Amino acid sequence: MAALIGLVIFAGIASLLLGPVSIPPARALAVLGGHGDEVARAILLELRLPRSILALLVGAMLGLSGAALQGYLRNPLAEPSVLGASNAAALGAVGALYFGLAQLHPALLPLLAIAAGLLALLPLFLLAGRAESPLTLILAGIAISTLAGAAISLALNLSPNPYAAMEIMTWLLGSFENRSFQHVWIALPCIVIGSALLLFDGRALDALTLGEDGARALGVDLGRARLRILLGIAIGVGGAVAVSGSIGFIGLIVPHIVRPFTDRSPSAILLPSALAGAALLTIADIGVRLIPSTNELKLGVVTAFLGVPVFLVYLVRERRLW
Amino acid sequence: MVTLSIDNLSVALGRRSVVRDVSASLEAGSLVGIVGPNGAGKSTLLRAMLGLVAPSAGHVRIDDADLASLPRAAIARQLAYLPQGQTLHWPLAVERLVALGRLPHLAPMSGMSATDIAAIDRAMERSDVTPLRGRIATELSGGERARVLLARALAVEAPALLADEPLASLDPGHQIDVMNLLLDEAQSGKLVVAVLHDLTMAARYCDRLLLIHAGRLVADGPPLAVLTSDRLRDVYGIRARIETESGRALILPMEREAAR
Repeated sequence: MAALIGLVIFAGIASLLLGPVSIPPARALAVLGGHGDEVARAILLELRLPRSILALLVGAMLGLSGAALQGYLRNPLAEPSVLGASNAAALGAVGALYFGLAQLHPALLPLLAIAAGLLALLPLFLLAGRAESPLTLILAGIAISTLAGAAISLALNLSPNPYAAMEIMTWLLGSFENRSFQHVWIALPCIVIGSALLLFDGRALDALTLGEDGARALGVDLGRARLRILLGIAIGVGGAVAVSGSIGFIGLIVPHIVRPFTDRSPSAILLPSALAGAALLTIADIGVRLIPSTNELKLGVVTAFLGVPVFLVYLVRERRLW
Repeated sequence: MVTLSIDNLSVALGRRSVVRDVSASLEAGSLVGIVGPNGAGKSTLLRAMLGLVAPSAGHVRIDDADLASLPRAAIARQLAYLPQGQTLHWPLAVERLVALGRLPHLAPMSGMSATDIAAIDRAMERSDVTPLRGRIATELSGGERARVLLARALAVEAPALLADEPLASLDPGHQIDVMNLLLDEAQSGKLVVAVLHDLTMAARYCDRLLLIHAGRLVADGPPLAVLTSDRLRDVYGIRARIETESGRALILPMEREAAR
């Protein structure tokens, strides 16, 4: 845990100092002290700082929601997108791009994404009804996810010109390029609310190790726990996707990477997953900036290249437990 | 000390009526066995007694409080439950798994107290799983896992324990251990209710048997009064030898025999 906190701080600082333009630590310190030069100031405070904060926030949210969902659905394959919240939020953002609303005001795209993420909860509750089996939820989530995915493809299909289609594609691949403090102020409240809701139910998740009856006999009110978890995912992941685009893998692999270092109970991996997610996404974002290429590489690509090898090593070591 | 009263309880799962009009009052200090053929509604009756399925008619009361009006956490402190089967969704260490039994007692956001840790140690000791404490529960044999899950239920230290097939996948030695343990619990003043398939075990250890057939309570009383050859034929469809040894019944199923 201490090592993880250290890693997050290290990644955060590195993310401020590293980039295509090199700023030595002395110059950076001068800026933070309030008397640096204009150029360094602009780069650090207006370009890199919001980007670093967003990478930390979004990474933490994705890691945490993956851990909470794997616990709640009792399924090691669960990740934030299984309930359809990611795809629905992406659809909201794509809608904003497609109809040109994104140009009207920069806040419209993220707000539409969050609204769409929340809206996707409604059919989830209707479809899953009062059934408490995790499979019903997963199936309902897949239905929503598929529908939103199809609508995104339709938007790409019908987009008026190749440039608009490119814009949508670029957004879908996920990036923290050109994000400002405005994005931070949109994402921060969503992620704080979402995380608080997800962290609340650690004990309920532990009790679910014994199945639904076992958990309820231990005093868990499963209906309320489900409401909190679904809302937490929709608000938190909606807010994250709204500012970063779709970033896959983090929510799936981070809980698996931290699990062997804990006692493997669902509550024990919640916070470490948030920290590891923040560190992994920030390091991936540094990679995106430093790897020389004509276009900036897309974040989802780098997280996959970084995370999947670690994930595979884990699987080889832990497979006997499944 | 707790009394569980079941009044005219009926339960329907979907449109199928599974428990029909069952009434019984189960007092503290007794070991009550629920017996009956597969699909008779034993497990559903037990789940209804815990408030895990809502009755379609009738009530279950803990002392004088209707189960439906109690919050889940309050029920959890009164009734410990050992579910059927050995569902375990994460590869937890044995000690961590047994510790789940303390969840009903933990205040929000607080860790475990010395009382909790003592209860966990006691529970592991009693069901003979202390040597397994560091092992991963999903890697244990079926019998070891059954005992670990029993320890989990004991760790609740509730005034009543409701166990669904606690003897499944245990060898004869451990079956006797578990029955002795349940009897101990009952004699120390708790109410113990167990769904059992082994009629000889049920007859030897239980003070009272509830015989369930097609959702109805067809007999309720001391084992020798409940397990008569006519009832075994009508309910289980078997001919059985019933012998008595030091006042306790030995039931030996011999062959199929159609109900008359």
